[in-house]
Amino acid sequence: MISTAITDLYYGFGVALEPHNLMYCFLGVLVGNLVGVLPGMGPVATISILLPLTFGMQPVPAILMLSGVYYGAQYGGAICSILLNLPCHPPHAVTCLDGFPLTKQGKGGTALGITIIAAFVGASFGITEMIFLAPFLVKMALEFGPAEVCSLMLVGLLAGSTLAKGSPLKGIAMTVLGLLVGIVGSDIETGQPRFTFGITELFDGVEIIALALGMFGIAEFMNSINNTESVDMKYAKVGISDMFPSKADLKLAFWPMIRGTLLGSLCALIPGTGPTIASFVSYATEKKISKTPERFGHGAIEGVACPEASTHSSVQGDFIPTMSLGIPGDTVMALLLGALIIHGIVPGPQLISQHADIFWGLIASFWIGNILLVILNVPMIGLWVKLLSIPYRYLYPSAMFFVCIGVYAANNDMFQVGETLFIGVIGYILLRLDFHPAPILLGFVLGPRFEENFRRSLLISRGDLTTFIDRPISAFFLLICVVLIVAQVYVWLRKPKIIEEERAIEAQVPATPYSEVAE
Amino acid sequence: MIPGDTPLQERLKLKRDYYAGALMLVLGVGAAIIGSGYKIGTLARMGPGFMPVMLGVTLAFMGLLIAGTALASSEPDEGRFMPDNPQWFGWLCIIGGPVLFIILGQYGGMIPAVFACVFVCALGDKTGTVKTSAVLAAGVTVFGVLLFHYLLNIPFPLLRGFNL
Repeated sequence: MISTAITDLYYGFGVALEPHNLMYCFLGVLVGNLVGVLPGMGPVATISILLPLTFGMQPVPAILMLSGVYYGAQYGGAICSILLNLPCHPPHAVTCLDGFPLTKQGKGGTALGITIIAAFVGASFGITEMIFLAPFLVKMALEFGPAEVCSLMLVGLLAGSTLAKGSPLKGIAMTVLGLLVGIVGSDIETGQPRFTFGITELFDGVEIIALALGMFGIAEFMNSINNTESVDMKYAKVGISDMFPSKADLKLAFWPMIRGTLLGSLCALIPGTGPTIASFVSYATEKKISKTPERFGHGAIEGVACPEASTHSSVQGDFIPTMSLGIPGDTVMALLLGALIIHGIVPGPQLISQHADIFWGLIASFWIGNILLVILNVPMIGLWVKLLSIPYRYLYPSAMFFVCIGVYAANNDMFQVGETLFIGVIGYILLRLDFHPAPILLGFVLGPRFEENFRRSLLISRGDLTTFIDRPISAFFLLICVVLIVAQVYVWLRKPKIIEEERAIEAQVPATPYSEVAE
Repeated sequence: MIPGDTPLQERLKLKRDYYAGALMLVLGVGAAIIGSGYKIGTLARMGPGFMPVMLGVTLAFMGLLIAGTALASSEPDEGRFMPDNPQWFGWLCIIGGPVLFIILGQYGGMIPAVFACVFVCALGDKTGTVKTSAVLAAGVTVFGVLLFHYLLNIPFPLLRGFNL
């Protein structure tokens, strides 16, 4: 098993190190790091803007670049949290708690240094996990018929909507809304136009870029306009020499880093629990098992190392269900899955064997990308810190331009720009009603495949619904669904202590003017 | 399940979740009604209307649950639909930018479309003046033309009627 993995990985490095692919990987992590630093821009909006520009490219460099944006943004997001106490990227919100006090004590550089080490350790473990686990999952998934695929998607959708932030009921409602938006367009089997209201442009369905940029671009700008405080740059002065942590700090951070990494990789495997949850859970755990819990919140180096390691390990692990089963765990993965489909690649267990270049090339590029990010972040830290001071009033108008031209470039069609604007306004109304937009995208991407498999499995069973319970694997997935629902009802009725503790930590995180730029 | 310590009148006071539930109910019922206009078919041979009706009914049910749990909960809801300081002008500018982009892009070309879009959006910020917005818009236009027209070659004439 290990020898095949090494052979495959060797092949992957061959793909990822082709100059063309390497260049796009570099471009991806660079753009990712940039938007990670800029408050108010998230990986979802950025990937959506870049997506139409990849249409003319080969699928391999396109996917390498778009993925690079995602993990690159995680490196930048931590800088924002630690130096400015501004949790503009939810996975790094918890890092503010100890990162900013460290900055105030003049140890911001050390915190950043530890973050980069933790990030690299976490990411490396996440990648290794993917190398060994993905082929194993594929072996299992190849046995799946339409009924199993259907039940598995149901687990993904339910977990994605109930485990994310906010009310689980509202999450489910948003997922169903996303599934309905996915129905817009001509029916695959009969060609019947559905929910098109006579608009010809809608016959091909709603554009994924329009949906993502409306919900995570325009709605976001409407939410944060004139609502952002001016950034306090008082403490944000860091040089390269500050970034090397002392031996004592490293010793303190070592075990929290390992524990964070393991927790993060576990969270990545449970659909619906992305990096944000991983970081909160690991911070809570670390505080609990620490011998000196009172140091947390006042600049404990462990409080930076642990959540950062878990975020990065979870970010890389997030790719596992997406690439091996075709079931995305969160918004960014849903978008990447959409990108694969646009490039003519059918997601699912056959991806690894049919498109080995994409899969192994991607894994190799993760490593190359992470090394590039470490190189980018250590000597260039001064530049990133400078970028932090760009005021929001310059950022959002420029971002609006990218949104408009990005959507236009997808089809060279002005109708799409209007569609994005319409979705954006609806998105803002939903945001004000306390609905989180993330599950919509998840439902939208999975919707058509869910309907297709649902129809097919009932066609095979001649309309017998028990087919979903008679088949053991499918029954197992449905059981997980039931457990998820029962757990939610239990939490609602009993309010267990663990959840309360996590809420308490969440309440300590400084309020962010940006709502949901990245899930 | 309903806690007895809060009187019903208190709980009936309009909460944000009632609007949220009602919106989902309306959307769900709407989807189900439109969906039932397509052929529904049987379980074994589903028509194009089956999924829309099923999802519509589910969404309507979720709407009822959202409003119902808000009614059952005794916790006061601090959230309001309207933000504390509504930014009507800012919102108008953000919506106006893409509208101008569409109109000017269709009839004028890329340069006026980009300039107008960024200029109007930038005016929405309370510290934005005509001058700073114009400077920003000009900068973004130059950058945008270089990147999208000359480097990426997207088919979008710079100025319609002129061969630039």
